[in-house]
Amino acid sequence: MTERAAAARGRWSDAARRLKGNPLVVAALAVLAAVTVLAVAAPLLTPWGYDSLDWRHLAQPPARVAAHWFGTDRLGRDLFVRTLSGVRLSLLISVLASAVSLVIGVLWGAVAGFAGGRTDGWMMRFVDVLYSLPYLFVVIILTSLFPSNNIAVLLLALGAVGWLTTARIVRAQTLALKRREFIEAARASGVAPGAILLRHVVPNVLGPVVVYATLIVPQMILSESFLSFLGLGVQEPRASLGNLIYVGAQELESAPWMLLLPAAFLVALLLSLNLLGDGLRDAFDPRER
Amino acid sequence: MPSTLASAERPGGALPAVLNLARLGVTFDTPRGPVVAAEDVTLSVAPGECLGVVGESGAGKSQVFLAVMGLLAANGRASGSARFQETELLAATPAALDRVRGAGIGMVFQDPMTSLTPHLTVGDQLTEVLLRHAPLGAAAARERALTLLERVQLTDPAERLGQYPHELSGGMRQRVMIALALASNPPLLIADEPTTSLDVTVQAQILALLAALKREREMALILITHDLGAVAGLADRVAVMRQGRVIEVGTAARVLKTPQDPYTRRLVLDARRLDGTADSPKATPARQAADAAREPVVLAVTDLSVDFGVGRGWFGAQARLAALSRVSLELRAGESLGIVGESGCGKSTLARAALQLLRTTSGRVVWLGRAPAQLPAAELRSLRRDLQLIFQDPLGSLDPRMTVEEIVAEPLRVHERALDVRSRRAAVLATLAHVGLTAELAGRYPHELSGGECQRVGIARAVVLGPKLLVCDEPLSALDLPTQQQIVTLLAALRAASQMALLFISHNLGLVQQLCVRVLVLYLGRMMELAPAAALYAAPRHPYSRELLAALPSVDPDIQSARLKAVRSGEPPSPLAPPSGCVYRTRCPQARPVCAERVPAWEEPAAGEGIACHRWRELS
Repeated sequence: MTERAAAARGRWSDAARRLKGNPLVVAALAVLAAVTVLAVAAPLLTPWGYDSLDWRHLAQPPARVAAHWFGTDRLGRDLFVRTLSGVRLSLLISVLASAVSLVIGVLWGAVAGFAGGRTDGWMMRFVDVLYSLPYLFVVIILTSLFPSNNIAVLLLALGAVGWLTTARIVRAQTLALKRREFIEAARASGVAPGAILLRHVVPNVLGPVVVYATLIVPQMILSESFLSFLGLGVQEPRASLGNLIYVGAQELESAPWMLLLPAAFLVALLLSLNLLGDGLRDAFDPRER
Repeated sequence: MPSTLASAERPGGALPAVLNLARLGVTFDTPRGPVVAAEDVTLSVAPGECLGVVGESGAGKSQVFLAVMGLLAANGRASGSARFQETELLAATPAALDRVRGAGIGMVFQDPMTSLTPHLTVGDQLTEVLLRHAPLGAAAARERALTLLERVQLTDPAERLGQYPHELSGGMRQRVMIALALASNPPLLIADEPTTSLDVTVQAQILALLAALKREREMALILITHDLGAVAGLADRVAVMRQGRVIEVGTAARVLKTPQDPYTRRLVLDARRLDGTADSPKATPARQAADAAREPVVLAVTDLSVDFGVGRGWFGAQARLAALSRVSLELRAGESLGIVGESGCGKSTLARAALQLLRTTSGRVVWLGRAPAQLPAAELRSLRRDLQLIFQDPLGSLDPRMTVEEIVAEPLRVHERALDVRSRRAAVLATLAHVGLTAELAGRYPHELSGGECQRVGIARAVVLGPKLLVCDEPLSALDLPTQQQIVTLLAALRAASQMALLFISHNLGLVQQLCVRVLVLYLGRMMELAPAAALYAAPRHPYSRELLAALPSVDPDIQSARLKAVRSGEPPSPLAPPSGCVYRTRCPQARPVCAERVPAWEEPAAGEGIACHRWRELS
């Protein structure tokens, strides 16, 4: 009886309740929210732009000068603004790339799994072929083809690779779902295949996909930072976490804060996103209830 | 002398009890406070005695014995006392408990597939247990394993030793489970719903096996089940549980013949309806077959065959499995046809082929005068509104992400597009009320409902458009007996209120006779006998129909124990290699050489009847 009364809530609110009970997840959400707000609000907090130069203060450590809370780099650019605009750009690119790859991946995987047979075979072989292309190589080719628009190329490159895993996960889920009786029930009552896909298949694969999404965002941040670190992604004077860390790494001995501050933000972001992903996975796992 | 109900009625109380439960209680700590699963349970079982513990799901009967075995979920607590021989189990150390579980108490569960390790062969699993209990050599252990499999009457035991659990049928797996439980020669065997997921014929075989083992080993046996029929021929004493309490204990004959508690009386009445010894007034079919002859044909199936390709590899030749061969039937408005047979006989395939949910190999299907196979897909879908299906798994047939209201509204969204939101909602609520669900449930999700409620939602979805044909694919086999009875009553009422034809598929002849005017018996995808239900039950013509009827559990302990003694072993042969001639001949007690040579023709002794047997004339 009590069990029934308690169960009189949706699966999502059930998951939300379990998420709130997990202190690590709450902390991760707080960190994420704080970093995001800070990243969006940073230009309003200081007079400096990400590329404005302050000739009077070159390579100043944090808090030495009142105007530069995180210090400055060799060119006298404010590191607070640069780090947070780097966070903003990295977050933007990774969230966009994740969203693109999730949408493509979910549709591709659901259609392939649901159609089955030859269609499924060809769609998944295409995924296999893309998987086997060395993605760094593709990125290098793309950046040299379109040197002017690095961010768009970066998005394209990250998205092109990211959706492959999603498609595989979703296809496997769809194959399992397809054998469930409620899909057959929908067919038996005359629901068209497209409607079955959108109304019954996609909503039911979203649970694992939401979990995967929180794990794909940090992966995208890491890839973006890696590409920018290699000089293939975001280029100076624009700041991303990747190229800030690259520059900081060269100044490690003389000005360690130039590496440590952006790196600290990267670690905080990755850690809280991963914790959130783990928490979500636990919250959605029916065995936990 | 303190004379409690339990001790007063135990026959031959001289033997000390093997297991003694005194005021046992089970409580679960949940985030919403403690939930009492069982309280004040006082029971005992002596060597060579079988105690039947009966109750609906949620009655706490399984939890009591999980507590005894120390297998409660982490948030469960047991109180009171549970003595096994000399050991107090509730206070035992983990090591002592392990000894008792290993050597003292054997357990058999409902689902033998999940209780066996999938990647180990039957032989490996058996010898592993044997070696843990006795220092045996590998050859000796194998020998013992073989003896055990022979003892549980598994066919081809030597071959089975090398097979994996998924290669065995449900009945064979349950026999392996029993062999595993017996490996250590335990003084007590606890069987928790051991036959619930099995066919009636196999259920009878397993029950007969348990009865024989109990007799020859002087073993105490506790049989936990919701099915009084399963208990009747086997249990010496019966305890009825409800809401965590034992409400009635006594000898099997006393409890089953003269039940005292009103709840027990209801259980016994429900069970007697199933074995045909009590009338079921509400479920009597409203129309007679003779009337129906003038009605339009809703579904006509002619010579329908369905083959499945199995073992498809890149190079290997594909084997053809004939799931259904040359089945014909006709169903008119207002008529009801039951289809019975063991699992694997093609019942569900027939339902899906008739509804064009799977590809048919040959034959013809006609819906309301139109052949769906020749129609374009969109037109076929629009015809589906008149032919609806109810599924076996009540929960699995409902989309877990949709509320009850969305689920029932879906057919309306597809077929009644003109309907606005408000009238759609009104139609959904009216249908829910019609199937006995309150409007309050409309916003719930399937996992928040009970099995019976889920099945009602499935029925509501099927009847919301007022279909001309309702196909029910084993709609009751996943439900408790009392719930089954409620659903049967509901289906009968729905049918009486409309001209809806009913195709009712079940392995349980007892349920079919309550709902259907005619019954078609299938075996290995072939038609064996078609007859009016009353005639089939009174005088079955086909030997297979007789076997099915004989396997129906009876609530009367005298009849049932006689039936169990007469049970014959045998399971359907593989449909990949069906026997020549008459497919049933390998199990048929009446088989003659002619049965192996020629396939018996489908003869029609009267209109609406049919039989495929060489010898039916001389046997009747």
